[in-house]
Amino acid sequence: MSYFDDITVGARRTLGTHHFTREEIIAFAQAYDPQSFHVDDEAAKRTHFGDLVASGWHTAACWMKCLVAERTQDAAERTARGEDVPAFGPSPGFKNMRWLKPVYAGDTITYATEVREKVPSKSKPEWGLLMAYNTGTNQHGDLVFDFESIVFVRRRA
Amino acid sequence: MPSLFFEDFVERDVKTYGSYTVTEAEILDFARQFDPQPMHLDKAAGAASMLGALAASGWHACAIMQKLMCEAFLLNSSGRGSPGVSEVKWKAPIFPGDVLSLRRTVLESRTSKSKPDMGLVTLKLELLKSTGEVASEETLVILFARRNPGARLA
Repeated sequence: MSYFDDITVGARRTLGTHHFTREEIIAFAQAYDPQSFHVDDEAAKRTHFGDLVASGWHTAACWMKCLVAERTQDAAERTARGEDVPAFGPSPGFKNMRWLKPVYAGDTITYATEVREKVPSKSKPEWGLLMAYNTGTNQHGDLVFDFESIVFVRRRA
Repeated sequence: MPSLFFEDFVERDVKTYGSYTVTEAEILDFARQFDPQPMHLDKAAGAASMLGALAASGWHACAIMQKLMCEAFLLNSSGRGSPGVSEVKWKAPIFPGDVLSLRRTVLESRTSKSKPDMGLVTLKLELLKSTGEVASEETLVILFARRNPGARLA
């Protein structure tokens, strides 16, 4: 991750992929979203989904997993080049998350992020707010998930 | 047979449900799987961050809201999934030992034009700490089947 000042609006990065197994879909759903179509194959077949589907929050959490993994690798490369690695701040939330198509067991989702807007923080002068458009696309090329994120990023001193 | 249908979600109705104690072990476990940032994994890093102490991932807060909603009414309903969430605000960090409950407000209720056997309910969910402080706020739409969509034909 760059400093706020060095980030270009429009820049797009692929973050990585996540393969959703049946076991993982059920384990996540049993912990946090035990609706029948997330935990029970037979019950899911009787719904409009037609088969077991991942919780939308599982799809979202795996976007974060891929983002952190990409950022960690980028930080290691910056350190190796002798560059500073700016701290990443928390996020105040997000907007317009859409679960456009179901994520089924066996699907592989590719996640990406694109910088939409940069706004210096008024209350925290050492931080800026970065708005991004984020997507998840399945192995057939269908957009299955998108949302707009907001996160605090360090400014250069 | 579920007992709650589309018709049971009345606009402006507010209810508070449940109790969920967040442990340090669960915060660490969720963060290791999905959000392994230092502020969610390490006490010193949490203390040095804007969050002020080791705190749960915001995605974990969303997952806890979902679990509380499932237990409160969704599993006992004709819920058919959600097309999405218009907004989530992570307003206050969630720390180990916090006891959370869920307040839900029905913002809007409308029938579906494309799916006449279903309706769309817009809910505001608030994850409350025991002090009454709102930790997270979420606005989402859920599809519910109607109680008796074929009644006039029967």
